[in-house]
Amino acid sequence: MERELTLPIDEAQARGLRVGDILYLNGKIYTARDEAHLTMLEAREAGEDIPFDPGAMALFHCGPVVRKVGDAWDVVAAGPTTSIRMEIFEDRFVETFAPRILIGKGGMASRTQCALEKVGAVYTHYTGGAGALAAKRITGVPAVYWLEELGMPEAAWIFEVERFGPLLVTMDSAGGNLYRELDRTIEENMKAIHARIDDS
Amino acid sequence: MKTALVEALRQAATQLPEDVVSALKHAREIETSPLAAAQLDAILENVEIAGSDRVPMCQDTGIQTFFVEAGAASPHLASIRDWIAEAVPAATEAIPLRPNTVDPFTGANPGNNLGRFMPWINWEIVEGDEITITILPKGGGSENMSTVKMLPPGVGIKGVKKAVIDHIVSCQGKPCPPTILGVGIGGGADIALKLGKKAVLRTIGSRHPEPEAAALEAELLELANASGVGPMGVGGATTCLAVHVEYAHRHPASLPLGILVQCWADRRARVQLRADGTVEVI
Repeated sequence: MERELTLPIDEAQARGLRVGDILYLNGKIYTARDEAHLTMLEAREAGEDIPFDPGAMALFHCGPVVRKVGDAWDVVAAGPTTSIRMEIFEDRFVETFAPRILIGKGGMASRTQCALEKVGAVYTHYTGGAGALAAKRITGVPAVYWLEELGMPEAAWIFEVERFGPLLVTMDSAGGNLYRELDRTIEENMKAIHARIDDS
Repeated sequence: MKTALVEALRQAATQLPEDVVSALKHAREIETSPLAAAQLDAILENVEIAGSDRVPMCQDTGIQTFFVEAGAASPHLASIRDWIAEAVPAATEAIPLRPNTVDPFTGANPGNNLGRFMPWINWEIVEGDEITITILPKGGGSENMSTVKMLPPGVGIKGVKKAVIDHIVSCQGKPCPPTILGVGIGGGADIALKLGKKAVLRTIGSRHPEPEAAALEAELLELANASGVGPMGVGGATTCLAVHVEYAHRHPASLPLGILVQCWADRRARVQLRADGTVEVI
């Protein structure tokens, strides 16, 4: 089902989203790759404030190309990066900051799935490489954090977005997981493929 | 020449070659899964925006790799390396490209896509006095899925088929399918990978001139697409847009298999330099 959502969304709304839904987002999202995840977790553990509200915005696994035009930031390309790299700390991140929508590519594993179920959040898949399309739907860059320390791809960029998508829900809070369902189909297909190769 | 190389780098980053666009459109036409169709629609819209706005189609603008077919009689051979080394930082600023070269020890990024041995240049000396430079900006996501396997020769070509299909299916959505596979067989570990990468450069729709290799390409493509991995790994009809095979004779004890995975953003551009100094971006 196709849905247009305006952020922030609450836990109940997030729990209403299901695998197979295609989302288009309005509002604010923030980028975080490996380094921003670690920086934010360390800051929270040290009792420091995060300079924005990571629970009210969607979390985007992305290392964008951004350039400065006058005083403003212009996003050149901003497609998703491979999410599984963040699996080692994403459960802690989701439980700490409760972002309701995660955006990335390639899916994540069981630790993240458990955290999504516990907190009430979904993982969505954005088309890999669609950097120009993503940039087109980003209407502003109100802030960037840790740019000096982490560099352009790893900094936390805050993006204002309009109809940002298509974001395909592939992991939901009710235990739904597109990848697991697909794995079963592919396993069956592979048996037939191997038989064909043996007969060739 | 530097201007032409910068222009070619821009063309590669922003304009997807026509053969790749056609293959993606065909994939969209035959797709029956709405989830996969949404992925292909987003890819095609993205390609159109990148082309018309002249912006990079993907934020990972890759490591800039150059394949130089150098005519032995060209008077410009000695200048090529310098021209490339000047064009890459200029293009990084002008297009812009993401600074992607990182020191493996310190993590430091010089910010201009230069570095030790970077940009990498593959040299091939050919007859004549013309130089053709093919540029392949290749992203990290797909390159991470490339691999070499040293198969026991006893498994034969059936073993090659299984290894290729098992590998690309195990990659799922990670290399941004639908992908282009370059399959290099024989030679040695490094040669198999190099042949695979060279095979990636071929135009989609072309076939290897020899019938056995051409038949293997067609069979591997059909089998990969029967897997159901689909665009972006969300399930669907097209996992690979093309499979290109290249081979070399092998050692009796070795059956090296290089599998080069290229994402749907199969970015390429070519520059031709004639002996009289005239240059064309093709």
